[in-house]
Amino acid sequence: MLPIEQFPVLVVAISLLSALTILLAGWLNKKSCFYISLATITFQFILSIFILRHVLTVGTIHYWLGGWRPPWGIEYVVDALNAYVLIIILFLSLLAAIYSKRSVEHEIDEKKLVTFYTLFQLLVTGIAGVVVTGDLFNMYVLLEVCSLAAYALIAAAGGRALKASYNYLVMGAIGVCFYLLGIGFLYSVTGTLNMGDMRLLLPALYGNKAVQVAFVFILIGLSIKCAIFPLHTWQPDAYTYAPSVITVIISTAMAKASIYALIRVIFSVFTVDFITLFAPIADIISWVAAIAMIFGSILAIAQFNLKRMLAYSSIANIGYIMLGVGLSTSTTLGLTPALMHILNHALMKGCLFMAACGFIYKADLRDIRDLVGLARRMPYTCFAFLLAALSMIGFPPSVGFVTKLYLIFAALDAGKYIFIAVIFFSTLLMIVYFWHVIEIMYIRVEEKGEKEIKVADAPMSMVIPGLVLAVLCFIVGIIWLIGTPMPLMDAINSGLGLGVAVP
Amino acid sequence: MSLSTEKRIQERDVVIQTIAKLMIPFIQLFGLYVMIGTEGAGGGFQGGTVLAASFILLVVAFGIDKGRMKMPEGWNAVFKSLGLYLYAGVGGLLCIIFSLGKAEYLNYCAIPLAKIIGGPATRGFWVGNIVEVGIGVTVMAAFVSIFYDLVRKEESVEEGGAEE
Repeated sequence: MLPIEQFPVLVVAISLLSALTILLAGWLNKKSCFYISLATITFQFILSIFILRHVLTVGTIHYWLGGWRPPWGIEYVVDALNAYVLIIILFLSLLAAIYSKRSVEHEIDEKKLVTFYTLFQLLVTGIAGVVVTGDLFNMYVLLEVCSLAAYALIAAAGGRALKASYNYLVMGAIGVCFYLLGIGFLYSVTGTLNMGDMRLLLPALYGNKAVQVAFVFILIGLSIKCAIFPLHTWQPDAYTYAPSVITVIISTAMAKASIYALIRVIFSVFTVDFITLFAPIADIISWVAAIAMIFGSILAIAQFNLKRMLAYSSIANIGYIMLGVGLSTSTTLGLTPALMHILNHALMKGCLFMAACGFIYKADLRDIRDLVGLARRMPYTCFAFLLAALSMIGFPPSVGFVTKLYLIFAALDAGKYIFIAVIFFSTLLMIVYFWHVIEIMYIRVEEKGEKEIKVADAPMSMVIPGLVLAVLCFIVGIIWLIGTPMPLMDAINSGLGLGVAVP
Repeated sequence: MSLSTEKRIQERDVVIQTIAKLMIPFIQLFGLYVMIGTEGAGGGFQGGTVLAASFILLVVAFGIDKGRMKMPEGWNAVFKSLGLYLYAGVGGLLCIIFSLGKAEYLNYCAIPLAKIIGGPATRGFWVGNIVEVGIGVTVMAAFVSIFYDLVRKEESVEEGGAEE
């Protein structure tokens, strides 16, 4: 029996090996690709559960690759924050993998099938790697692994996806370059790339201009990767034109991994002291997030393409997460609202995109106005969409409601009442655009009349992941309200030095 | 496209072909030397690049069809995976398995192969070579397949041009 200390590296190494195995096995039998990918991701997910349990009961896992000690070698560190994000992204990847079977057969040319699954597995490798690594440069490499895979996978849809992918490529390359420049500056000042080591060395150098510039560079670079409001321009096209399963995985797992990287750099490499005393960005982040919440929602109202509407809604929801990050330094709740919304948004948006892509799979319905009376033809998919949309609006006791509740608590605690108004206004806008879709799907009747309607839902492998996520939206909401995961949140906050009363 | 250019593509220069025939074995030998001939660590990537360069020279001199005969794309995929298996499988996962989960990933000291073959001075050398061959093979296959893809683009452009 392997000790659990080995698991962080297995999550990455086995996934990488499996990617290349798919390439070989696909050469012999094309159908095996999907099963190898599914088995690997299931295995990774099981490993991540063990990792979370170990982190909560025993403590942080430090893994030195090749036995080299941290300042010299690469170190994988898994603490409560990593383990929490890892389990979310691998769960979403698992559901996306189940979802992929039929949708990929439908959308992707059979010749490209093998390389598609190879790249898909590499994407999962990169995402998992970003989350477990404890080394800044290693994080850059793995960010590039998952980004490059994502560019190619988005382009796999062909047609307008090529332009979207190219846009994303240029923006993503700029973002990663900023991040790399920032690391370069930090390395030139401190002489280390290890996050834990850098955290110890940096406080003496907080006044240094190079360190402050490096912080801004890394912040901007990762903001592009997360599609935070003014830097989101690549995101709507990429989400709209990508193949269904890729939309699902990049909007949930990959976006969350980028946000994790941002949180890790802000609070773990730099500390709360730095962002309160030397670079007062918490307020800036909050205001930008507030603008994103309103701007994303308003643009979502203006869209007719369902996937595009959801993409703009994602921008608004990234705003919610960033508002939690911005408020975290001045409340006793710390990062809890932001971390909650990382899970909550992954559940809701995963479900919504699965449903939206189900409509495209079954009837090539991309326009919201074409969805008239669809609830009678595709009842299960529409039901999943309904639950997730209600959750998004903030129907209690769903996850969306919990996030909004805790964000309001945080804003009250911080004494910044204006953000409560922003949350309410943004929620009103969300009701407008989600209710518009629900009304068309459920209330309007098709002109043909009742008799001709036949139930023809998407295949089971595409309906069930969506339904699972939709039901989880409510179950997880209740779990949050009961407060079961709060010890985990407290562990994360205390690890980052947050959540204590700040003057 | 005019006749003369088509002719030029098909007829290859004798001088280039002869020189290539002479040079390719030496280039490959040099690639292997860079990969595993030296005692220090490193050289896998460089050696793989040199090996790939020999295949590229072959294609330049004899045309893509001959190149595909010597190195079919299916084999290329096999080499790509094989190199990674050598690197991560032998070099890394075996470390964990042989030490019964005590040693870290990529901690080559844990592989008993090194203990069987030689003393502590050459221990790292042997295992290091296996790992470097793995890196070299993958790099070679990747470069060759990138080159093949570029050549295929060129071919389709030429076909498109011929139709006009």
